[in-house]
Amino acid sequence: MQITINGKPEEVQAGTVMDVLKQKDIDPHMVAVELNTQIVERDQLATTNVQDGDKVEFLFYMGGGA
Amino acid sequence: MSFTEEQITRYSRHILLPEVGGKGQKKIAQAKVFVVGAGGLGSPVALYLAAAGIGTLGLIDGDVVDRSNLQRQVLHHTPDVGRSKVQSAKEKIFLLNPDVNVETYEDRFTASNAMDYIAPYDVVIDGVDTFPAKFLINDACYFAGKPLVHGGILRFEGRVFSIVPGQSACYRCVFPEPPPPGLVPSCQEAGIIGVVAGIIGTIQATEALKLILGIGDPLTDRILDFDARKTAFREIRVKRNPRCPLCGDHPDITELFEHEQEACQLQAPGALGIS
Repeated sequence: MQITINGKPEEVQAGTVMDVLKQKDIDPHMVAVELNTQIVERDQLATTNVQDGDKVEFLFYMGGGA
Repeated sequence: MSFTEEQITRYSRHILLPEVGGKGQKKIAQAKVFVVGAGGLGSPVALYLAAAGIGTLGLIDGDVVDRSNLQRQVLHHTPDVGRSKVQSAKEKIFLLNPDVNVETYEDRFTASNAMDYIAPYDVVIDGVDTFPAKFLINDACYFAGKPLVHGGILRFEGRVFSIVPGQSACYRCVFPEPPPPGLVPSCQEAGIIGVVAGIIGTIQATEALKLILGIGDPLTDRILDFDARKTAFREIRVKRNPRCPLCGDHPDITELFEHEQEACQLQAPGALGIS
């Protein structure tokens, strides 16, 4: 199925947000995930399904400033 | 208050703007902004707010200038190596604009002093480089009801996000807690292209001025990410999270505390071989 990840259309296998993170080789502790403008809590990543056409945003931690 | 002839000349390009005018310039001159960290982000924020004629600029930083800071921390010059960052900053700001009242605090921003430090200020700027400090600033601003302009930088990327407590999403609405220690590197460990600090810091200064003037659309409920390699911005819409541990419907966090410092940042300077 096709979803939009960080603004770009991408082909992924159907499944949960956690499955998509695994396919993209992203450690779930490294990101905040937004699915169709709703933040997906970390404890719900493995139970929230991603549907064809969904918009997913991965926000990586950015802790620098000095 | 009224402006002198010199001040009218100094701020004339602001005063020309219908959105600012003499009235707006007075708001700027009466505003108090607190900048946590006089480093990569704090430098452009402080310089541009000073140039803009901000009334009071509070600067807190307990560090001294290191030679490796000069690549991006444009408040500090070569002869400042080894000197207190806030003292160095105060001198540069005075040279740029003696109208600005600069309050310096050679101190660490902690859970026990945060509320006292931010109390007199109208807007707070995050210019710190650790997650525990970023979460502490977010929490303190929420409890104090102070607008916060968050900033973050790493390698070629940066992020800006404004927070008006009680009205817009806070940092914890998106990132409930810091990443596990050691997982996300700091600038000291991973590097930072100096100019990104300038880009992100000047956007933070812009947002602070907009909040002070009450003009335009603040960068609230939107996270702005910048990637210098692509010269591309990405805007991510966010909203208040009812499950936010700080500002949600059933908050767990009811008082200020500090998350543990990341273990990798407790190593002595030079331990990574790159500092």
